[in-house]
Amino acid sequence: MSAGVSQVSGACVPIPGDDIDTDRIVPARFLRCVTFDALGDALFRDDRDRSGDTPHPLDDARYSEATIIVSGRNFGCGSSREHAPQAVVRAGFRAIIAESFAEIFAANSLAIGLVCAEVDASTREELFRRIAADPAIRVELDLAACRVRADGFEAPVRLPDAARIALLDGSFDPLTELLANHDAVARVAHALPYLAWTSR
Amino acid sequence: MSGTLFEKVWALHRVGTLADGRDQLFVGLHLVHEVTSPQAFAALRERDIAVARPDRTFATVDHIVPTTDRHRPLRDDLAEEMLAALQANTAAAGIPLFDEQTHRQGIVHVIGPELGLTLPGMVICCGDSHTATHGAFGAIAFGIGTSQVRDVLATQTLAIEPLRVRRIWLEGELREGVFAKDVALHVIRTLGVHGGVGFAYEFAGPAVDAMDMEARMTLCNMSIEGGARVGYCNPDETTFAYLAGRPYAPSAGDWDAAVAWWRSVASDADATFDDEVRLDVSALAPVVTWGINPAQAVAVDESVPTKGTGAAIDEALAHMQLAGGAPILGTPVDVAFIGSCTNGRLSDLEAAAEVIRGRTVHPRVTAIVVPGSQQVDAAAREKGLDAVFRAAGFDWRLPGCSMCLGMNPDRLVGDQVCASSSNRNFKGRQGSPSGRTLLMSPAMVAAAAIAGAVVDVSATGGPT
Ligand code: SF4
Repeated sequence: MSAGVSQVSGACVPIPGDDIDTDRIVPARFLRCVTFDALGDALFRDDRDRSGDTPHPLDDARYSEATIIVSGRNFGCGSSREHAPQAVVRAGFRAIIAESFAEIFAANSLAIGLVCAEVDASTREELFRRIAADPAIRVELDLAACRVRADGFEAPVRLPDAARIALLDGSFDPLTELLANHDAVARVAHALPYLAWTSR
Repeated sequence: MSGTLFEKVWALHRVGTLADGRDQLFVGLHLVHEVTSPQAFAALRERDIAVARPDRTFATVDHIVPTTDRHRPLRDDLAEEMLAALQANTAAAGIPLFDEQTHRQGIVHVIGPELGLTLPGMVICCGDSHTATHGAFGAIAFGIGTSQVRDVLATQTLAIEPLRVRRIWLEGELREGVFAKDVALHVIRTLGVHGGVGFAYEFAGPAVDAMDMEARMTLCNMSIEGGARVGYCNPDETTFAYLAGRPYAPSAGDWDAAVAWWRSVASDADATFDDEVRLDVSALAPVVTWGINPAQAVAVDESVPTKGTGAAIDEALAHMQLAGGAPILGTPVDVAFIGSCTNGRLSDLEAAAEVIRGRTVHPRVTAIVVPGSQQVDAAAREKGLDAVFRAAGFDWRLPGCSMCLGMNPDRLVGDQVCASSSNRNFKGRQGSPSGRTLLMSPAMVAAAAIAGAVVDVSATGGPT
């Protein structure tokens, strides 16, 4: 079991927009790899390279200390590539606050202990406002209390119960527990008729 | 027991509840490919854990393979490294690998069904979001990330929470020139790209009953584009007829028992659903995407939205370089791509071939056909389809994912516009950051290739 995560606090980088897909988070050409090690630099690569005169938030010096990403609705939709949350972690982030997450992205993030916390649109807007006013503002994500706090502002955050528990007690990597249940697994397998069918 | 297919199949595969409240679910079939597996195999090696059920695990290579020259070593060093890693990992674990030499290589979601590996009532996983394709057979099939690929390799199980079930009831008969792809895009534009988050989609109703298996696969394939991780159809006579005689399908001695069990897992008539949506598809026209997510779509006789009606719309119009409010009909295209796990099967190639027979690809257009698998390729050649495409000016390539995501050399260049039978029109999806994708059915892609622009294949019976 890994160490639990009960809170994440730090500076934030705002990445505006809804439906930010995994092809944008890590373009497909960076999937040509057999380890995740070098993915930090691939994070939002095409958006960053094509951002023109205004730097992409990830290249904006004001947010260089950020450890939390704040974004809109349905973050991480699209492909199942775990390369996406891996790149987020390897670029130095420990949490994402968004209005909602695509399911596979949230599951992949949980597996590696990256916190995905949902907030209402109004909270997301308030966070954007406060970050714009003070890019160095410290935001605190409290998983035990399900609250986000930023310099006097406080609002609820949502995580699926199982994800919250898994993060808090460090069981987000379930492999040890899955391995321990081999007898129960064998019983389920034994009852499935199709495993005994022979093919032609 | 009365319930939905989802509830029944989930219950049969549920091992127990984990400490954090998630279910431990047994996986009946695990499909593996080169992109999302190397790190999972490495993690097992690190912890000295063996693959639990190599007999329930099957691998293929699809995403990175070139579609022209496949001599080893592959010219792209990184692609070669990934293929070599897959070969070494599967050989060491005793996992069958359908590579080129087996003549069964192809896109993972094409070969599972055609080999009869995909069966009703299974839980099926793959490190790929389009795994829902297999749901066409009445399986619970879903995409997973690499950490979960590791978990399944190590234990044949994974930690997951159940989904709610939304039945999407489809009525009416599709018009000539309108296909399952159009239905899929219509569902997504109706319910939105995140409308399905938290749901499994059960596709049912007369329009689904009338579909053949390949059409059902197209429909289920795109569930994830509407946010639903799982999409499925109930197994029926069409399903059983498709499976009979497939290499890994049950043998004659087990067949009757298999069919009886498959029938038993279908949703019961009195099953209750968490949500229900009814759509009549009888008036549906071909659907074309105009934007940068699959819900940004219009019927081919409609116009794209006007500028200033939303930030997401403006961003999409700007990327696509489209004038707001313009008809989608007549939009010029530079590239035509027929292939992918959505529409790279024999019936897709047949529908496209019907449109182009005796015609010639527009001089501006680069047109390629990439069969979904070696078996699709062989079956198409047997019917002379390769000759039809070649005569029209299409390039006929070797099977793989190809330009669906541009991980191999097949990519858009600059801001080319591609009429594509694939499933994603995200920015940069087809290999060029400024490339532009218009999703549509294979017949519509074929018609666009001939006309050099978006045309309505249903109205004209093809371009003239
Ligand atoms: S064809 Fe496209 S969507 Fe399908 S598995 Fe390959 S890359 Fe993924």
